[in-house]
Amino acid sequence: MGKRVGMEVSIGAAEAVKLARAECIAAYPITPQTHIVEHLSELVNNGELDAEFIPVESEHSAMSVCCGCSAVGARTFTCTSSQGMALMNEILFIVPAMRLPIVMILANRSLSSPLSIWNDHSDIMSIRDTGWIQLFAENGQEVVDHVLFAFKVAENPNVLLPVMINMDGFILSHVIEPIELPDQDVVDKFLPPYNPVQRLHPDHPITMGAFAIPDLFTETKKAQEEAIKSSFPYIIKAWDELGNTIGRYYNPIEKYKSEGKKILFITMGSFGETVMTAIDMMEEKGIDVGLIRIRLWRPFPEKEFLDAIKDADILIVIDRAITFGGMAGPVTTEIRSVLYHEENMPAVVGFICGLAGRDVTPKDYERMVEIAKEKVKKGKEKEYEIYGVRE
Amino acid sequence: MEPLNVYAARLITTKEYFTPGHRACQGCAEALAVRLVAKALGRDVIVSAATGCMEIVSSNLPYTAWKVPWIHVAFENAAAVASGVEAGLKVLMRKGKLPKKKIYSLAMAGDGGTSDIGLQALSGALERGHNMLFVCYDNEAYMNTGIQRSSSTPYGAATTTSPAGKVIKGQTTWKKNVAEIAAAHSIPYVATACPSYPFDLMKKVKKGAEADGPAYIHILSVCPTGWRIPPDLSIRIGRLAVETGIFPLYEVENGKYNINFVPEKLRPVEDYLKPQGRFRHLTPEMIEKIQNRVNKEWEKLKAKAGLCE
Ligand SMILES: Cc1ncc(C[n+]2csc(CCOP(=O)(O)OP(=O)(O)O)c2C)c(N)n1
Ligand code: SF4
Ligand SMILES: [Mg+2]
Repeated sequence: MGKRVGMEVSIGAAEAVKLARAECIAAYPITPQTHIVEHLSELVNNGELDAEFIPVESEHSAMSVCCGCSAVGARTFTCTSSQGMALMNEILFIVPAMRLPIVMILANRSLSSPLSIWNDHSDIMSIRDTGWIQLFAENGQEVVDHVLFAFKVAENPNVLLPVMINMDGFILSHVIEPIELPDQDVVDKFLPPYNPVQRLHPDHPITMGAFAIPDLFTETKKAQEEAIKSSFPYIIKAWDELGNTIGRYYNPIEKYKSEGKKILFITMGSFGETVMTAIDMMEEKGIDVGLIRIRLWRPFPEKEFLDAIKDADILIVIDRAITFGGMAGPVTTEIRSVLYHEENMPAVVGFICGLAGRDVTPKDYERMVEIAKEKVKKGKEKEYEIYGVRE
Repeated sequence: MEPLNVYAARLITTKEYFTPGHRACQGCAEALAVRLVAKALGRDVIVSAATGCMEIVSSNLPYTAWKVPWIHVAFENAAAVASGVEAGLKVLMRKGKLPKKKIYSLAMAGDGGTSDIGLQALSGALERGHNMLFVCYDNEAYMNTGIQRSSSTPYGAATTTSPAGKVIKGQTTWKKNVAEIAAAHSIPYVATACPSYPFDLMKKVKKGAEADGPAYIHILSVCPTGWRIPPDLSIRIGRLAVETGIFPLYEVENGKYNINFVPEKLRPVEDYLKPQGRFRHLTPEMIEKIQNRVNKEWEKLKAKAGLCE
């Protein structure tokens, strides 16, 4: 087992890509993702990672180059943020449809305008429906572990879908955390070389990316939907294997002091850690609140989620993006739809907060609990709130 | 150019890699060019295609006209995808995961996918120096979407977005010269070609594929549907484009220009323009303007090739 050393999370992420023995990396710099690509190019140029680093001229080309690399059977990695992700948007939809097991870290950052380099989830929420397997990491160690995990899942012949690891910009990307990098031989055992089911090669020519007439299109999309739905057990299995290998076990839904609690926070990404602190503080004051963290966003772990919230009366959902003109934040809307057919539906109170890196402190979460109780008492839980906004 | 200026089918391999049964229009010289390029490259190639006529006519799920590995991702990124193919093959062969052997990475796109929306990806790929061949099939408009103008549409041509109106008559701008843009990247090989000259075309494709670094070939591809000509005129019109100097055939090898076909005297551009419906509305002044431009460009090209006193 490796030992924990203090390192910037971005450096850890790049080291994990090296441990995964990625063969092709195509990326374009954008804050707050830059340190990952910089370190990767260093690793390649120093001969520490035998890979092709393709310094493309845009994110659109980054993902397009990745398609070419992955289609010939190379283990392929990229990373981006916000505007860069928006520029590659077109290709993001194509990758899962072509069943290319590319792994991407998205260092989450708000989308312009106004321009902001700081963290929220407006980027990822805008590409929810691209068909990627989507995960949220809460700390640096989770990022590192999930890079290895992501390749394992993506390249599983029963899955063959791209995997996106969401990592909050700055809050994670730029902080120094104690991180354990597993030893290479341990990783090699967990993650054997990529052995594609099929690849572009003259010895067995295939046509990829054909066009479909309306009579076939729906069937191809149904097949794609089946693919991501049926990836779920393989995702769980890969987490088990990861746990057995490195001793850290992960779940699609993570719980913190949630058993039997009537009020639960629902978070994704790094905000979970502050909420835990808030919960401990509230506990001392006799306020009983628990936390549910959604780690796996797509495919959505419906059963696990429902099981985790079954005793709750109030769910306080933390959204880090706005669905303009919609009913609530994107996660809140999703949670409501998951609950729709449940008999004892809890009240769902949505808060949008932490946009573009605005701080949300434990005290704020305590305040949200008060507001949520108040709203439920008044039967006004449907109205979501942009927390702390000056009007 | 070699004296083989007659099409002699028996001198070309009978193997087809872009097979019959595709859905291109009758007389489509773009499909002919694709077929010749595929023949020139043989089996050991991976094709990255841009969205456009040639992609749509050849890959109707669950059928394919391609006997070589072929991938289509999107409209503007053929050069990027082909970069990835090249990089992927390189690392896999270096690591011993694929047997070492020369496999060409070919990017193909229409003029839209090259000179407009694909220009950035093309420039990026050429600058990065990937060992790949980019072929532009230039039919001088966005044919796949219904004959809209591109930056490669010639001056005066009527398209559905540069119609011959009462006030403005067709395309108002001059054709963008992407071969020169490619050459400005100082890549080892750039050429222009036309399927009306099949041997010249195939020779250039082989040269480009064998070049040590990126290569670019710009192929004028007559489109009877978009150019409003009878399908049996495709080959003839291609030859007229060359004989009038409207589309000179030349190569730039490591910076050295070589014109492959130098007629003693250029034919008047009218010979080329007259048979085409897309130029039907041209006024004598416009034709003269085109003639002057062609003369000037021809002299410029000759100067580059060292053919001027
Ligand atoms: C990003 C994007 N914009 C627009 C289109 C629509 N579109 C598809 S093919 C095409 C034109 C293709 O023209 P060209 O590259 O010249 O190829 P041709 O069909 O003429 O051979 C257009 C505009 C698209 N598919 N993708
Ligand atoms: S529209 Fe033109 S380029 Fe397209 S298939 Fe028909 S003839 Fe060929
Ligand atoms: Mg065209």
